[in-house]
Amino acid sequence: MDVIFGNLDLWGQAIGNTLLVFFIGGVIALVLGIIVGAMRVSPVPIARAVGTVYVNIVRNTPLTLVFFFFVFGYPQLGLPKLSNTVLGILAIGVYTATYVAEVLRAGINTVPVGQAEAARAIGLPFGQVMSLVVLPQAFRSVVPPMMSVFIALLKNTTVAAGFSVAELAALRATINDAPDRPGNPMEVLLWVAVVFVVLVLAMSAVQRHLENKWRIAR
Amino acid sequence: MTSVLYDVPGPRAIVRNRILAVVTVLVVLAAIGFVVYRMAVTGQFAPQKWYVFTFSTVWTSILTALGRTLGAFALAAVLSLALGFVLAIGRLSDHAWVRIPVTAITELFRAVPVLVFMMLLYYGLPVVGIEMAPYWAVVIGLMVYNGSVLAEVLRAGVESLPRGQKEAGYAIGLRKSGVMRLILLPQAIRAMLPVIVAQLVVTLKDTALGFIITYPELLYYAKLLSSQQGRPILQSAFVIGGIYIVLCLILSGFAKWLEIRMRHSPKLKGYTPDAGGGDPRIHEGSTVTEVIATQRAGGKFDAGGGVGPTP
Repeated sequence: MDVIFGNLDLWGQAIGNTLLVFFIGGVIALVLGIIVGAMRVSPVPIARAVGTVYVNIVRNTPLTLVFFFFVFGYPQLGLPKLSNTVLGILAIGVYTATYVAEVLRAGINTVPVGQAEAARAIGLPFGQVMSLVVLPQAFRSVVPPMMSVFIALLKNTTVAAGFSVAELAALRATINDAPDRPGNPMEVLLWVAVVFVVLVLAMSAVQRHLENKWRIAR
Repeated sequence: MTSVLYDVPGPRAIVRNRILAVVTVLVVLAAIGFVVYRMAVTGQFAPQKWYVFTFSTVWTSILTALGRTLGAFALAAVLSLALGFVLAIGRLSDHAWVRIPVTAITELFRAVPVLVFMMLLYYGLPVVGIEMAPYWAVVIGLMVYNGSVLAEVLRAGVESLPRGQKEAGYAIGLRKSGVMRLILLPQAIRAMLPVIVAQLVVTLKDTALGFIITYPELLYYAKLLSSQQGRPILQSAFVIGGIYIVLCLILSGFAKWLEIRMRHSPKLKGYTPDAGGGDPRIHEGSTVTEVIATQRAGGKFDAGGGVGPTP
C-alpha cells in the first residue's frame, strides 16, 4: 500500500494526465471522425476517396508510429513548439478518428435501404433524409461500437508513456528513477493494471446499459 | 455502396457537388502542401538528410529489424490463435468450474492494456526474480491480449450458429467433443475468418509497442537511425512507416478478400452470423476492428447486398 500512499501526488498527476489525453483526444477523434465519416458517405466521389485513403492509411499504421511522427517528427518542421502531451493528444486523436469514422459509416449502413428510399419518395431532400430518417435510426446501432472505440482509446493512452507523457504507464519509470520513492516496478504496474481494469469494466457496464436501453427491435 | 442515401443528382446538385469536390481537393492540397513546404524550408529534402539510406549496411539492418518484427508477429499470432481456441472452448464449457474462471481470465486479459502487460513482464517480473527478454515480453503480451479477443470472436461465432446444428450433431450420436470439433468450430471459424485475420492485423500493428520496452524491432531501429549523421528523424519515420503500412495493408487486403469471397460463397448462402446487432456480447470491450469486421461479415451492414439478416 506504500506504493500508493507514499506517491499519492504522482498517482494524482498520472491519472489526471491519462484522463486528459483520453478526454481531449476523444473530442478530437469525435470531431475529426464525424467529418471523415460524413465524407465517406457523401455524394461527392472525391470526398469519398479522400476519406477512404485517410482511413485506410491511418488504420494500417501502428499507433506507436503515429506517435513517432507527431512527437519526434513535428519538432523537425520548425513550427511553434508544442509539449509532448499536446502532440500525444493530437496523435491519438488522429488515430482514433479513423475508427470513429468507420463506426459511423457502418452505423449509417445498418439502416435498411427502404428507409432512405421511402424518405426520398415522399420528397425529402438529402439533408432531411439524413437528419430525420437515417441518422436517428443509425444512432442506436452506433452507440455500442462507439463505446468500444472509446474503451480502446482509453487503453491506447498508455502508448503515450513511451513518448515521455507523464501518464499512468509512465509511473513505473518515475517512481523507479526517484531513489526515495517507495514501491518496486511490479507493484506500480499491478496497480496501474488495476486502475485500467476498473475503468474499462465501468465503461463496459455503461455500454451494456446503453445497449439494453436502445436495443433495436426490428 | 451508400448510393441509397441520395438520388441521381440533378443540375443544381451536380453544381453543388462540383463545388464541394473542388473545396475538398483544395483543403487536402493545402494541408499536404503546407507540410511539404515546411519540410522544404527546414531542409528535410537535403541530400545529407537521406544520406544514411545510401549504405547497404543500413538496409541489411532494416531487414534484420523487419525479421524481428515478423518473428515476434508470427509466434504471437500462432500462440494467440491457440490460446483463443482454449479460452473459447473453456467459456463454452458446460461445467461452471471451468466456465467461470475462464470467463474471468478472458475479461481480465482484455481489460489490461497490452503495453501495461508487456511492461509487467519486462520490468515487473525481474522484481520476483524472473528475467525476461524483450522478445518474450512482446510475444506473451500480444498472445494474452489477442488470444482473449480471439476467444470472444470464436465464441460469438459458435453461439451465432443455429441451434439445430448442435442438436443434429447429438442426434447422430456424437459426443460433446465431436459436436464441437466436427460441427460447431469448423462453421464458426469459417464465418469468423475475416474477423480473425483483422485481429491478426492488430497483432502486427501492436508489435510496434515493442519499441517502448526496447525490443529491437523496426520502429526501434527507426529511432536508432534518427540519431545517425544528419539526424534523419522524419526520413527514417517515412521509410520505416512505409514498411509497416505496406505489411498491414497486405494483411488487411487479405482479410477483405476473404470477406468478399465468403460473401459470394455458395456454402454460406442463407447463413449469416448474426453478430452485428443480434449478439450484444460481441461489443463488450471488443476491439474496433473486430466489431466493424463482424458487422461487415454479418452482411447486415451491406446495404446493397442480397443476403439479408436472418431473424
